[in-house]
Amino acid sequence: MAQAQEARTGPAISVRDVVVSYNGRRVLDKVNLDIARGETMVLLGGSGSGKSTLLRQIIGLERPESGQIVINGIDLGSSKPRVLKKLRHSIGVAFQNSALFNSMSVEDNVALPLREHTRLPESTIRLMTWLKLAVVGLADAGKLSPQELSGGMKKRAAVARAISLDPEILVFDEPSAGLDPIVGAELDELILGLKRAFNMTVVVVTHEMASAFRIADRMAMLYKGSMLAVGTKEELQSSTHPRIRQFFDRIPDQIADTGVIDGYFQRYLEGDAA
Amino acid sequence: MSPSVVERVGTATLRHLGYVGALTMQFGNALGSLGRALPLVGNRHRWKSAVQQMLAVGVDALPMVGIMAVCAGFILAMQGASELRRFGALDFVVDLVTIGFTRELGPLLVAIAVSGRSGSAFSAEIGSMVVTEEIDALKTMALDPVEFVLAPKYLAALVVLPCLTIACTVCGILAGGVFMRLVTDMAFGVYIRAVVHSMVLRDVVMCLVKSLAFATIIVHVGCLEGFRVRGGPDAVGRSATAAVVKSTFLVILADVGFTAIFYLAGGK
Repeated sequence: MAQAQEARTGPAISVRDVVVSYNGRRVLDKVNLDIARGETMVLLGGSGSGKSTLLRQIIGLERPESGQIVINGIDLGSSKPRVLKKLRHSIGVAFQNSALFNSMSVEDNVALPLREHTRLPESTIRLMTWLKLAVVGLADAGKLSPQELSGGMKKRAAVARAISLDPEILVFDEPSAGLDPIVGAELDELILGLKRAFNMTVVVVTHEMASAFRIADRMAMLYKGSMLAVGTKEELQSSTHPRIRQFFDRIPDQIADTGVIDGYFQRYLEGDAA
Repeated sequence: MSPSVVERVGTATLRHLGYVGALTMQFGNALGSLGRALPLVGNRHRWKSAVQQMLAVGVDALPMVGIMAVCAGFILAMQGASELRRFGALDFVVDLVTIGFTRELGPLLVAIAVSGRSGSAFSAEIGSMVVTEEIDALKTMALDPVEFVLAPKYLAALVVLPCLTIACTVCGILAGGVFMRLVTDMAFGVYIRAVVHSMVLRDVVMCLVKSLAFATIIVHVGCLEGFRVRGGPDAVGRSATAAVVKSTFLVILADVGFTAIFYLAGGK
């Protein structure tokens, strides 16, 4: 009873003290994060910060070394496979490279979860597939194969597939990576539109600041496997933490020391370097 | 400090044991989900995909297997005849070809052909699905990659390899018949009667058992190599090569095992 209560009122996703290591190297170090129902959480961080690893943990592709991940009141670590399978139906994932099945048409890609997990008649599945494609603006592209789509269209088709079972939680891995700014902005609007229309909880991993500020309700910033800060975009923007400032103001990590270069030239001219 | 011999042997042993373990686990999972690929009782999408695989693995391989079998039949008959002629025992070429193909060459030639054609294709297909995150996408859609990708291939190979083996054996034996007709004027009817006389049920059973075992090896090694791909597209190419090398190697190892068992058990 208490668990059912929590499932309805508690956070949609709750990450507790999660530790992940690859080959003895800690990729996530006691990470904590709560994502409320209906909010858009943007996970920020540089390359190797562990943000993609955290995402893979949340969507259940990998298990943490220690710690706990609870989604809709269901603990991923201790639940039965049957329960987890059902839980997966309520999580839609749009992958960085779209991950559309190249052997199927766009339509069949979007229809796949419906065909596999529901007993709807084929005519209904076709209609629902068309609707999902129409939502992302690909109503006419259903018959094409994924190779025939542009980068932006592929991402949108992946979104259509991710929402085909009407999930409560929608997860995006680098939605605007590899897209030009206009198509990237279109995708941001699509995410906002979906959230408004279906009231979904949205989790986005990105390092594109403009996109993050457009879509986020709250942001979480990871640095070298640790959670640096979680807060609203205003809170993060006004933060004085040097790492957060560095990320927001685009300051490179190591600025070449001109003194060292000068010294090297000096020695070279004097004939020492050889 | 470079690792000592003991360390290197230990690492290699653990790696190989890990590989065998992974292969065994995948085999167990596949047996569990094989039923889902069956027609009527299983999932119709898997069965559809299994039929496509049967066409790709079996029907498309038929011309190549047929030509290989005819060539091998001629080779075996010619090599046998050149030796047996010296003892005036040319008629034994019939037994040589018949027994050689049913017990050994039929299953082995088919296994090598299929491992080269389809084993590498399996690993390349699955490997590229790993690289493009399609396998991850399957998992997030609550679809088991072993059931979705491997089970139809396994079912297809289990059906198709025995069929190909029978076709191969028939082609090889017929080629022997053509050779005997050309060289010794043995009538074709006489040849076929001699073939039927020297063919025993035990050999045919062994032939089919071997082909089922080889099908298992080729599919599981091919798919495991695919699932283990990490990194970029170059890893997919390496996995396809590894699939052919390892499955051919394991097919021959298994062949030795089976032949030894039948030899010791049969006594003949």
